[in-house]
Amino acid sequence: MPGVTPVQLTDGAIALGGRPIVRGVDLVVDTGEFVTVLGPNGSGKSTLIRALVGLHPLSRGSLTLFGTPSTRFREWHRLGYVPQRSGAAAGVPATVWEVVAAGRLSRRRLLRPLGRADRAAIQDALELVDLADRRLDGVDHLSGGQQQRVLIARALAGEPELLVLDEPTAGVDLHHQQVLADTLGRLRQRGATIVLVAHELGPLAPLADRTVVMRDGRAEYDGPPLPDWLGAHGAPGDHHHHPDPRAHRTRPLPDLTAPLDRAPHPRDGHA
Amino acid sequence: MTASYAELFSSPFMQRALLAALFTGLAAPAIGTYLVQRRLSLMGDGIGHVAVTGVALGLLTGLSPTWTAVVVAILGAVAIEVIRERGTTNGDLVLALLFYGGLAGGVLLTGLGGQATTRLQQFLFGSITTASASDVLVTMALATIVVLVGVGLSPQLFAASQDPDFARVAGLRLRAYNVLVAVLAAVSVTVAMRTVGLLLVSALMVVPVATAQQLTRSFRVTLTAAMALGVLASVGGLALSAVLSRQATVAPGPTIVLLALACFLLTWPIGVWRRRRRRRAEPFPSGSPSGHAHIESHPHRHGRDCGHLAVPHDDHVDYVHDGHRHAPHGEHYDEH
Repeated sequence: MPGVTPVQLTDGAIALGGRPIVRGVDLVVDTGEFVTVLGPNGSGKSTLIRALVGLHPLSRGSLTLFGTPSTRFREWHRLGYVPQRSGAAAGVPATVWEVVAAGRLSRRRLLRPLGRADRAAIQDALELVDLADRRLDGVDHLSGGQQQRVLIARALAGEPELLVLDEPTAGVDLHHQQVLADTLGRLRQRGATIVLVAHELGPLAPLADRTVVMRDGRAEYDGPPLPDWLGAHGAPGDHHHHPDPRAHRTRPLPDLTAPLDRAPHPRDGHA
Repeated sequence: MTASYAELFSSPFMQRALLAALFTGLAAPAIGTYLVQRRLSLMGDGIGHVAVTGVALGLLTGLSPTWTAVVVAILGAVAIEVIRERGTTNGDLVLALLFYGGLAGGVLLTGLGGQATTRLQQFLFGSITTASASDVLVTMALATIVVLVGVGLSPQLFAASQDPDFARVAGLRLRAYNVLVAVLAAVSVTVAMRTVGLLLVSALMVVPVATAQQLTRSFRVTLTAAMALGVLASVGGLALSAVLSRQATVAPGPTIVLLALACFLLTWPIGVWRRRRRRRAEPFPSGSPSGHAHIESHPHRHGRDCGHLAVPHDDHVDYVHDGHRHAPHGEHYDEH
């Protein structure tokens, strides 16, 4: 059903173990959009994205996925989730193909063998991330960037309409970040809706249609990609830890304080 | 001599024992694979210790120790799963608590009942040759359930064990599958109780998996190979102990476990060698330093089967020569 908004979050708040992590976030993702969620570590960006796919409940607000309230959402095959990379290798070896095949689970019924359509979708996903020739290799034999592409292929194997990626570039070297960006670029051309969390964009920067900047559990910026971030593209080792350019202006002191000073962060008010 | 072996193996008690060993050997690794995949290799041991209390409860109340063990083991396994899910205590700490609680409870209850410890020992270290026909039937039925579920639901159980977050977003009822794994583990512990005994149960669940994965790289093959190795160890171990028992008292339970460990020791060096070879042949990181040295006069011509380790590097191959990385470039070699 085109035309139905994939993600609509209104006044969303998320609490983990009673601690409020994300507060008052409105987020709408339209069909075909590529939205990047940026923010420093601890800003709540991963928590936000995990709530979007149903891994954390909302403590306030409402979330609809493809027009269905998230608590009643059951069409899991429309959603493709790429978690942070920890999950690729486990205690027992598994091949690339086996991990990617798990992506068909949202469309398979119990006790049915893989059909022709399943196998074709798995093969397509492997080819899209350029790992078809590694399909019989063990996942733990691959480099970090390749494992990340396996997890993307797993999500793609379910032929989702919305792809949600949590820090796909973390711990991936620049060359493989570029390969990853090319993969996501191909998906974008196919018309996929993509939400991606990162703390630095690197080669992914030119892909974004829109950027949301999270800071301290709130969405501080929601709009066109920030030129500062586009500038980061292609400059190896250029780490941006302050994604919001306004933060530079309002910060009166550099990040250097004597041990006995109370770090006078502008957002803390009177510490 | 051969005739007497034929006699031994055709005797009813030995046939029953062989059947029980066959089914146990299939079932224990079938669920053990998922435990190893979740890095919960010792869970079978924890459940085994809890089951001791179940057996003692059966001995005390006069009910069938097998069934009280099944019930208590399932309760213990679900308890482990619930505490693990709540995440308030470390997984291994929970196991430790259950280990000691279960074992102490069992020994205490056996003492209360005034049962001879030999009766409890049958369950602690196995007594496969004393299994009755109905014991064997129960073992076969329970083992069949474990194998059917473990293999039939393998796509779901694989995903739930490999990456729980992804499995939940794919729409799997993660908690249901976690409890299912726990219950199956408890059932296979009680199945293996008669064969190798509660204190050695975990070995039959985990050691064949450890052995299989020295040689495999796919999950499916690991699962199948582990089940085959489980059968080899349990049936082979039982036969071996029966043959050796003519010279000395050789208990089947420990023989089975030691045979499984011997298989591991045989495959382990192969696994080490494979991992080493893989590590050496891993592609070098892409890119190369600007201004690399040329080697104009290199007496050796690198190529296929030249004896030097060939490692992929971007779009070409580097040959590892005496600690250097030689990349063919026209008529000469570059130092990469």
